[in-house]
Amino acid sequence: MIRRLGSVPVKDVRIADAAYPSPFRGGLEFSAPARGTWNIVHTGMLVPEAHEIFVCAQGCLRGVVLTAAEMGASERFSTVAVRQNNVTDGDLEDSLIEGVSDILEKLPKKPPAVLVYTSCIHHFMGADLSHIYKTLRARFPEIDFTDCYMNPIMRKSGLTPDQLMRRQLYSLLHGAPKRDKTVLIAGNDFQTDDDGDFVSHLRQYGWEIYEIQRTKTYAEYQTLAGATLCLTNQPAAFPGGELLKSRFGMPHLHLPLSYDYEEIETHYRTFCDAAGIPYPDFAALTERCEDALDAAKQAIGDAPVEIDYTVTSRPLSLARMLLSHGFRVTRVYLDGISGEEQADFDALQESAPDLLLSPTVDPVMRVRPRETGEMTLAVGQKAAYFTGSDRFVNLVENGGLYGFAAVYGMADLMRDAWQTPKDARSLIQIKGMGCSSCL
Amino acid sequence: MSVKQTARILSTYAGDTSGVCSALFELGGMTVMHDASGCNSTYNTHDEPRWYDRDSLVFISALTETEAILGDDRKLIDDTVRAVRDLCPAFVALAGTPIPMMTGVDFDAVAREIEEECGIPAFGFDTDGMHAYTSGASKAFAALARRLVREQGRQPGALSVNLLGLTPLDFSVNGTENTMRRVLEESGIATVSAWAMGSTLEEIMDAAKAHVNLVVSSSGLGAAKVLRERFGIPSVIGTPCGRRFNEVLVDAIRQSAENGEDRVLPVCDPAAKRVVIGEGVTAASLAAALIAETGIPARAICATDGFAELRTMQVPQATDEDDLIPLLEGAEVVIADPLYRPIVPESARFVPLPHEGFSGRIWRRDIPDLAEDLTGFMKENDLI
Repeated sequence: MIRRLGSVPVKDVRIADAAYPSPFRGGLEFSAPARGTWNIVHTGMLVPEAHEIFVCAQGCLRGVVLTAAEMGASERFSTVAVRQNNVTDGDLEDSLIEGVSDILEKLPKKPPAVLVYTSCIHHFMGADLSHIYKTLRARFPEIDFTDCYMNPIMRKSGLTPDQLMRRQLYSLLHGAPKRDKTVLIAGNDFQTDDDGDFVSHLRQYGWEIYEIQRTKTYAEYQTLAGATLCLTNQPAAFPGGELLKSRFGMPHLHLPLSYDYEEIETHYRTFCDAAGIPYPDFAALTERCEDALDAAKQAIGDAPVEIDYTVTSRPLSLARMLLSHGFRVTRVYLDGISGEEQADFDALQESAPDLLLSPTVDPVMRVRPRETGEMTLAVGQKAAYFTGSDRFVNLVENGGLYGFAAVYGMADLMRDAWQTPKDARSLIQIKGMGCSSCL
Repeated sequence: MSVKQTARILSTYAGDTSGVCSALFELGGMTVMHDASGCNSTYNTHDEPRWYDRDSLVFISALTETEAILGDDRKLIDDTVRAVRDLCPAFVALAGTPIPMMTGVDFDAVAREIEEECGIPAFGFDTDGMHAYTSGASKAFAALARRLVREQGRQPGALSVNLLGLTPLDFSVNGTENTMRRVLEESGIATVSAWAMGSTLEEIMDAAKAHVNLVVSSSGLGAAKVLRERFGIPSVIGTPCGRRFNEVLVDAIRQSAENGEDRVLPVCDPAAKRVVIGEGVTAASLAAALIAETGIPARAICATDGFAELRTMQVPQATDEDDLIPLLEGAEVVIADPLYRPIVPESARFVPLPHEGFSGRIWRRDIPDLAEDLTGFMKENDLI
């Protein structure tokens, strides 16, 4: 039973009246119970055979320990607790080094790589991280160590923890002989869809797809460094691509996910030119998208559609495409607008001025009625939570759809979501969609 | 405490910040964790089973590096005041985390400013994310006892109690709190208030009517102390658990009501081969209840924060793997959360008893209500 606290102010804003890039005033933040997006534990586990060690306070350890436990990965996960005595005694470096060493000595088998996550405390106390890693590498020369970060207080100071995590996934690469016709798609949580047009097109011309998700052993992971090209398509993946470029001389193409035919074509052309392969049949791919969108529109009709930012890094691009195909998109849930979305934002201000933007973290969202008054298609887990709809697309980070598949794949998912109700309460609370989970 | 403070494989208990939030969740207030990010999702994913269905106001301040370095408490105050105006809570609680502890945020002062600006009670808790939930919940309950419980005489008629230390972190959401009330009621003991599951803030404010405080977990110790100081209410420490232990508990409540003395009920046998690991009061009560039901010795290990009464209960405290493992040597049966299984000696039989405060939601549906009847649990796990 849902108990509510009464009427509250509405914080929605018409897109025509919204400010770029921050349409809402900051303040206290609410956390909606939609947990499908990955955290730094899930992402770090992509390095095959690696062991994660988190070094932080008990309260901060709790969430990451149970993330690992829920995904059945406790054997690959350990912790060192930081307590007040470490802060007052100033022994953060020694306690980390001795704690990590103690854990490694106790593991039944030494892992080939260890991801050591330091926390806000280490950065505030000015812990000597280079000394820490240098000492650990000297003590355990057979193990590769890399620095990872759980320091959310730095989220507005340089790279965010998410960007850092996605970059550090590739910091353990040693270097490998170059292999022709290989592309490393870097920095995504999800493997790119094998059945999608992008992977199919590349394979048709003999190209091999390198992705961390496709590697099963640490040795196999090391071969990623030999890729001919690096491609990133999520904003948070960009620093990882730059790291690969600088360390291994891998040309880095940042070609963001998009729902705009013209932008997708442009990205295709850029990639195909770099790879030296022909372009795909754009007309046929566009037609496939149009067919999928027609079918979805026929099913969904004029029902309202609400989209959130967790389903895709381009929620405004998605809204724009759907609106241009006659869907009644009424609302987009987001807390900020990325640089990659500015053109979509500008265009929507003109073409759909009444489209509502709603925050997800504003405290009033805690008590806003979770119903819409009419059957609504929610696209994304947060949209499902806020609308209370059982017709929702259960997807995060676009689920590995890329190229034209982003459009026709999403259209197919929308149609299916409309036709097959789901239990949002049980589905959206599971952490790390696509990872194993004991829930 | 071990020097290395490591856990090769063990989980960790919910932190004190979550303890504050959990304690106050049902009372209509607004709790703000003063932290950058992460505490909020950890709390509402792993520590708060009521989150999806009840719109309690628990938020994070979204502290940034710059605000922390500059000591910008004004932003916390302004943001909190703005949310109070939007949402009209009954009170405000601020809970600290590691960085505010390091920068020395004066939570009492911040709370006073908010109280002046909003005209509702505001509490500041110097939690630091480095202690267990029991410490945070105890601080929160103690503050309610100090500030909000009204002066008034004992409730006439039936003997009555306050249940202190009830949170889902120890008792999940399986109805244990209702069973406790019923068990007491069947013995002629009324419940004035249950801190804080199933009671309104008004009922909590009437706690001075009760004759005795029944402290069902160490989260209730702080409030018990304050209610003793302010109103002379004696306390009995022990968790309702199984018919025979409950008889002892009811007798103790009657005796304390008569002579005003405090009582610590569960007493373990330190040499026993049956071991319960968990929060101090509930683990010791289960061990004592098993002794009462079977006559077989049992002992407990408190794996959350320590407290003075552990000595009377003959319960050692151990948090880290290095400290816990030696205490399990020679054990024949270990009763503990399933996440303890990897450190239990092979020679011991492991009996899983999921604990929300340790493994969160993973085995929530398997958490038993032991408040009245232990028979099912004992039979199922071959403990009779």
